[in-house]
Formats: sequence, structure tokens, C-alpha cells
Amino acid sequence: MAIRTTVTPMRVTISISGEIDHHNAAALRLEADEAIQSNLAPNVRIDFDEVTFMDSSGIGFVLGRYRIVSAYGGNVEVVNLSNKFYMMMKLAGLEKLMSLKTK
Amino acid sequence: MKALNSMKLEIESRSVNEAFARAAVAAFAAQADPTVEEISDIKTAVSEAVTNCIVHAYPDYVGKIYIWAGIFDNGIFRVKIKDKGCGIEDVDKAMVPLFTTLGGERAGLGFAVMESFCDRIKVRSKPNKGTVVTLEKALCGRSGADERN
Repeated sequence: MAIRTTVTPMRVTISISGEIDHHNAAALRLEADEAIQSNLAPNVRIDFDEVTFMDSSGIGFVLGRYRIVSAYGGNVEVVNLSNKFYMMMKLAGLEKLMSLKTK
Repeated sequence: MKALNSMKLEIESRSVNEAFARAAVAAFAAQADPTVEEISDIKTAVSEAVTNCIVHAYPDYVGKIYIWAGIFDNGIFRVKIKDKGCGIEDVDKAMVPLFTTLGGERAGLGFAVMESFCDRIKVRSKPNKGTVVTLEKALCGRSGADERN
């Protein structure tokens, strides 16, 4: 699991690679929140292009970031989801809270 | 019904073992010639069940997780994940999507994900005794049906 953040004035992009589970979600959270909270950009994009595995901890991760970003009035979008990850996020009703885009 | 082949695994309830547990079960299932998608479904479901043992069954101490997997006729794959932890007071309630006793970053979707990626799920639990989750999935496989011995 690795995380890369890219910052522009309007957007923080969080690109995750590898596996997201309960074990590594904590480290993922720490790094993502650091980038989010030090920029407070109006848009936060979470890129799943290089995610090879996720369980419901991945949903918890997205939901947690959504809570932080929407608290300061920002938007979250999740991009490059595989069909399976998209289906899991819909299971959680995330499409009602943010934009979800498949690959 | 007797399994054509089976395996047992005993691990400590440390979160670092989550990746090991799902990879080990997936590696065992590979001999039934599953599709990439079927393997991925098994990994996801096992990961949920093992995580439940770690965060719920043994909330503040390290206990043992017992995993059994078996391959049956017609490509039926069964996994049992057992703990001797705190047990679940109300199994029906625990299985309701979005219900969680933990809050925070737990989505409350563990059982919902297991249900959506397996054909059958059975949960037996006794407070202060432990929980057994049985997952079952029919593997259609890459080559259709058989050719295993």
C-alpha cells in the first residue's frame, strides 16, 4: 500500500496503490488527512487506479475523508474504480454523497 | 458431505495477518481453477470475516483465529472462520448493513460485503464463547466444471 498526493490550488488528489484493508487503513488515513487539512482545497479527488484489493475498510476510508472534506464545504470525487469497487461503494450508498467514476 | 481436499490454518488476531489470511485461503482455492474474479471475491469475503475477529471478537487482546477451507464436489468452496472471542449478542442486528458497534471509520458493511460476494453465509455465535462464520461459493472456474482429482 502506498499513497501519493498532488496539490493544485483547486484540488488535492490522493492516489492510492496496492491493497486497502483494516491493517493499513490507519496509515492511509494519516497521510491523506495531512494533505487534506493543510490545503482545504474545494475539491478532493481519490484515485483508485492502482488499488489491487479493498474490503469494506476502503469504504470506511472514503466515507471518513468525505466527512472531513464536507465539514469545510468541499467536494469529494472517487475516480478510476474497477467495476467491483464501484459496486461495493454503491452497496454503501456512497453515490448519493459524491461522484463515483469507473475506469 | 466430505471435502475432496481441505486445509486448516491458525493465526493470531493481529491486523498484520489479514493480508496473510486472505492470500493463504485464495492460494488454496486456486487448485479448484477459479476465475480471477472468483478468487478476488473469496479474498474480499475472508478479509471481512478475519477483520471482524480482530476488531470485534478480541477487541483489546490477541486471540486465536481458526480458518478451515474445503473444496467439495461441483466446485463448491467453503471457508469457516472461527474465533473464541466475545461473541455477537444479536446476529441479525449485526448483519444489518451500516450497523456497527464501533463507529469511527468502520463502515458497518462487513457482513453485507460477505453476503454479496458469496452464495451462502452462515453465522453462529454465543456471547462470551465465540463466533463461527461459514462462507460458501460455487466456483464455476475457468475451464467450466471438473478436471480435478
